[in-house]
Amino acid sequence: MMEQLPALLILIPLLTALASPLLSYLSGRLVRCTALAALLAAVFCAVGILTRVLSEGTWHYRFGGWEPPWGIEYAVDPLAGALAVLITFINFMALIYAKTEMEDATRTKKGVFYALFLLTTAGLLGMTVTGDVFNLYVFLEISSLSTYALIASGGKRAIFAAFRYLIIGTVGGTFYLLGVGYLYAVTGTLNMADMAVKIQPLLNTPAVIVAIASIVAGMGIKMALFPLHGWLPDAHTYAPTPISAIISGIMIKVPAYVIFRMLYFVIGAGEGPVQQALTVIGCIGAAGIIHGSIMAIAQKEFKRILAYSSMAQIGYVAVGLSIGNVYGLIGALFHVLNHAVMKSCLFMVAGAVKWRTGEYRIDKIMQVSKKLPLTMFAFLVAAFSMVGLPPTAGFFSKWYLVLGAFEAGKWPFIVVIILSGLLNAVYFFRIIENTFLRKKEGAEAEAEEKEIQTATGLELPLTMLVPILILGAGVLIIGVSNQQIISQVIQYALPGGGF
Amino acid sequence: MTPEVLLDYRPLWAVLISLIAAVLIMFHGKRPNLREAWTIMAAFGKAIIVFSMIPAVLAGKIPAIEPIHIAKGITLHLQADPTGMVFAVLASVLWILTSFYSIGYVRKLEEKHQTGYFASFAVCLSATMGIAFAGNLLTFFIFYEILTIATYPLVVHKRNKEAIDGGRKYLAYTLIAGQLLLIGIVWSYVLAGTGDFQPGGFLAGAAASDTVLKVIFFLMIVGTAVKAGVMPLHGWLPTAMVAPTPVSALLHAVAVVKAGAFGVVRIVGFVFGPELLGELGVAAILAGVAGFTIVCSSVIAMNQDNLKRRLAFSTIGQLSYVVLGAALLTPLSMIGAIFQIVAHAFMKITLFMVAGAIHATAHLDNVSQLDGIGRKMPFTMGAFTVGALGITGMPLIAGFIGKWNLALGALEAGKPIYVAILIISAMLSSAYLLPIVYKAFFKKPSLVSHHDSHGEGHHDHGEANKAMLIPLVMTAIISIVLGVYPNAGAHLYDFAVMAVQGIVSGQVIGGGW
Repeated sequence: MMEQLPALLILIPLLTALASPLLSYLSGRLVRCTALAALLAAVFCAVGILTRVLSEGTWHYRFGGWEPPWGIEYAVDPLAGALAVLITFINFMALIYAKTEMEDATRTKKGVFYALFLLTTAGLLGMTVTGDVFNLYVFLEISSLSTYALIASGGKRAIFAAFRYLIIGTVGGTFYLLGVGYLYAVTGTLNMADMAVKIQPLLNTPAVIVAIASIVAGMGIKMALFPLHGWLPDAHTYAPTPISAIISGIMIKVPAYVIFRMLYFVIGAGEGPVQQALTVIGCIGAAGIIHGSIMAIAQKEFKRILAYSSMAQIGYVAVGLSIGNVYGLIGALFHVLNHAVMKSCLFMVAGAVKWRTGEYRIDKIMQVSKKLPLTMFAFLVAAFSMVGLPPTAGFFSKWYLVLGAFEAGKWPFIVVIILSGLLNAVYFFRIIENTFLRKKEGAEAEAEEKEIQTATGLELPLTMLVPILILGAGVLIIGVSNQQIISQVIQYALPGGGF
Repeated sequence: MTPEVLLDYRPLWAVLISLIAAVLIMFHGKRPNLREAWTIMAAFGKAIIVFSMIPAVLAGKIPAIEPIHIAKGITLHLQADPTGMVFAVLASVLWILTSFYSIGYVRKLEEKHQTGYFASFAVCLSATMGIAFAGNLLTFFIFYEILTIATYPLVVHKRNKEAIDGGRKYLAYTLIAGQLLLIGIVWSYVLAGTGDFQPGGFLAGAAASDTVLKVIFFLMIVGTAVKAGVMPLHGWLPTAMVAPTPVSALLHAVAVVKAGAFGVVRIVGFVFGPELLGELGVAAILAGVAGFTIVCSSVIAMNQDNLKRRLAFSTIGQLSYVVLGAALLTPLSMIGAIFQIVAHAFMKITLFMVAGAIHATAHLDNVSQLDGIGRKMPFTMGAFTVGALGITGMPLIAGFIGKWNLALGALEAGKPIYVAILIISAMLSSAYLLPIVYKAFFKKPSLVSHHDSHGEGHHDHGEANKAMLIPLVMTAIISIVLGVYPNAGAHLYDFAVMAVQGIVSGQVIGGGW
């Protein structure tokens, strides 16, 4: 059983996904419980895998016993293992949160929703643990297609957003496939480890250069790197909240992981075209940070602010990858973790505020902190982390990125990162002003105040409150224990083993 | 001589105790008496912890905690060195007095959001302790930022447009400053491989060009000088006076602004060191800016009718004494700077508390309305007189000692111009503070205007209530005691001398007070 964990990690969500529509005919509650159980099992699988790879090194799992390069190999190193834990954990939180979102849905709709949710998870996990570049494409499409459908379930405008994402996303996937095709043509292998060896003499050939360009462009679209981010704001804004949380927290991180994997592990970031690709990624990442932050300031809707902010934050990861030294990469990976936790928390808060007040516009949610004290406290923590105030997690990603940029002598990045923190402060403190300080004006204040009661007498249903609080606390815990996380997990995830 | 380091967790407890109190305060929002009891208990507890470390520090030891690893290669390090002790003793004593005063003030005025108010206050004090005891730059920075954030709810306490705008301005200044400081910290860390404060500075041996060091100095000084209100970075301070008066008193006379001034001392004495700064020549520029601030702010203060604003500008000027003392780089001027942190805190908090007592009792905010108020509130205005005379630098009140050393230091540095500035400033501060005393005691109250603006009932007030009166009288008395015998109680002057001896590495300091 333990030996099969990498397969189980994918198969449990995948098979449960297939069973979900069927189960939904029996009962809506049953399908939800099964889905939760499946994801919880996946969390345990991921944790089990991570513990093993941390103590024993990379885990090569051969599907069906076929030796690579003929068969498909899952190669789980600490990087992939850690990301798998993150994916399963955040998705599990989002799934708990999804209950109120799906309350009024018909049983069939529930079945489909949970099926798609699990498919997405399976796809993302597959992308993470696979050691085969084509297999990665298959999982990419699994997760993307199910995400399009999930986004579209958010209502009329969401359908447009999803369709737009579908077209752009498919182009991105195709670019990636094209790149893989070129690599296959010159190396004759799809296995990552095999390819890493065979590609070395070919680094400066046109085919490899085109392959790098295509892969970066394709994954750049999926991770919403500026200026390939057009799909992101609408998709984030109109998707159902738990879906926004996972797109922003996880979906855009996994392509970043793919870029990291391909450039640093498969092709090797020594010199030549990869360095140039990284420079480009860094520049557009930096541009994205500024663009995203400024656009976020211009928005009025809670989720839209967060959407643009996600686009800016993915730029941090890009910048970290581009800096390329130990501190820069630690910063990038640490930020993947941080941002996943804090942004999914923020999206859930936005959803909770909407649930309680019916409003997304931040100028209409005055003093919501009185109705939702715990929720808004979690919001504060996550927002401070986004701004990068110590001792929250966000400060430490900034710290490592700036440290890395200094060491590498890449000054513009320092300016951008610092500036971005301040721009974040502008839009987050605007939300804080509205939600905590400003009072409603006379008539407006009396007009509404329809009281929503929860069964437990708490400010929110437990299924919403618990994930928000866990993630909010997570931001602080990650910040305080960043030293442990880095020295025990992240540093083993770096190419060449870190320090 | 390197002082012996003692493993001791008291510095950490001094930080944590008010943090724990903040949590308890939040939980007991519905029971005001219990809630206030937590504040008082934490305040006394903190003072006891801090005072219990005095003998060890006096004996030349440094109580320090086992460093806690918080980031790769960087640790959270708290240590009670003499410089930090000065600030810690000061803040912990004043917190006790301000707590009582706050309770009297907010209850008298029936302020809203009292729970958040006291909780934020407690967090601010934790941050202040952290700043005082920080053993390296990152620890300093972490608490510095926590202080910024914890003060924000206090600034916007009134929740009206003015308060929110004030809060925005406050954040804009302090957050930007914080980020600049962060760049400076990371840069110096990359250059020197460490961020640990070292008496005499740790950047001297770093392999860096002068230009780089100058830029780092600029970044760090801007980062801290914003909180210290050095012109032209002072804009937030008068605006932040929208906060309730006890906040202005503790935070804008003691914690926040002094954290900035203290940061300047740390950077000059413990990051760069006087020698390196002397070679770089940047300190002279800083001294010039501080001198400009001293004169300019005093002139502006004369034109303010609102009492708190007048005091705010006076604060800006007085804080620059600290900056000036640090920037002159001579041992005496630095002793003066460190002692000025203490002296100004006691005197200015007295003045602010008086302003608050007048506001809460007589509902007056403007200097022009204060005619004859001394007859009704003799003790309050008596305390004000002491504070005012102290600010002007009258001998036998604490302010004089700091200024005397500053002036000697200026001569030592061969820059007599700063003596002239100190004298001008003393005259200007007499010009904006003493007329208030004169009006209060010797002018007849103008009853007519009183009636017009406030209606019935407000002019037959007496003294401020005891919770406000006793603390402000006590700070006035302490100001006098410290002026006569600066080592009274907590050996603050000795600590200042010890701190500076560390910075100039044992060199004999002649003269002084």
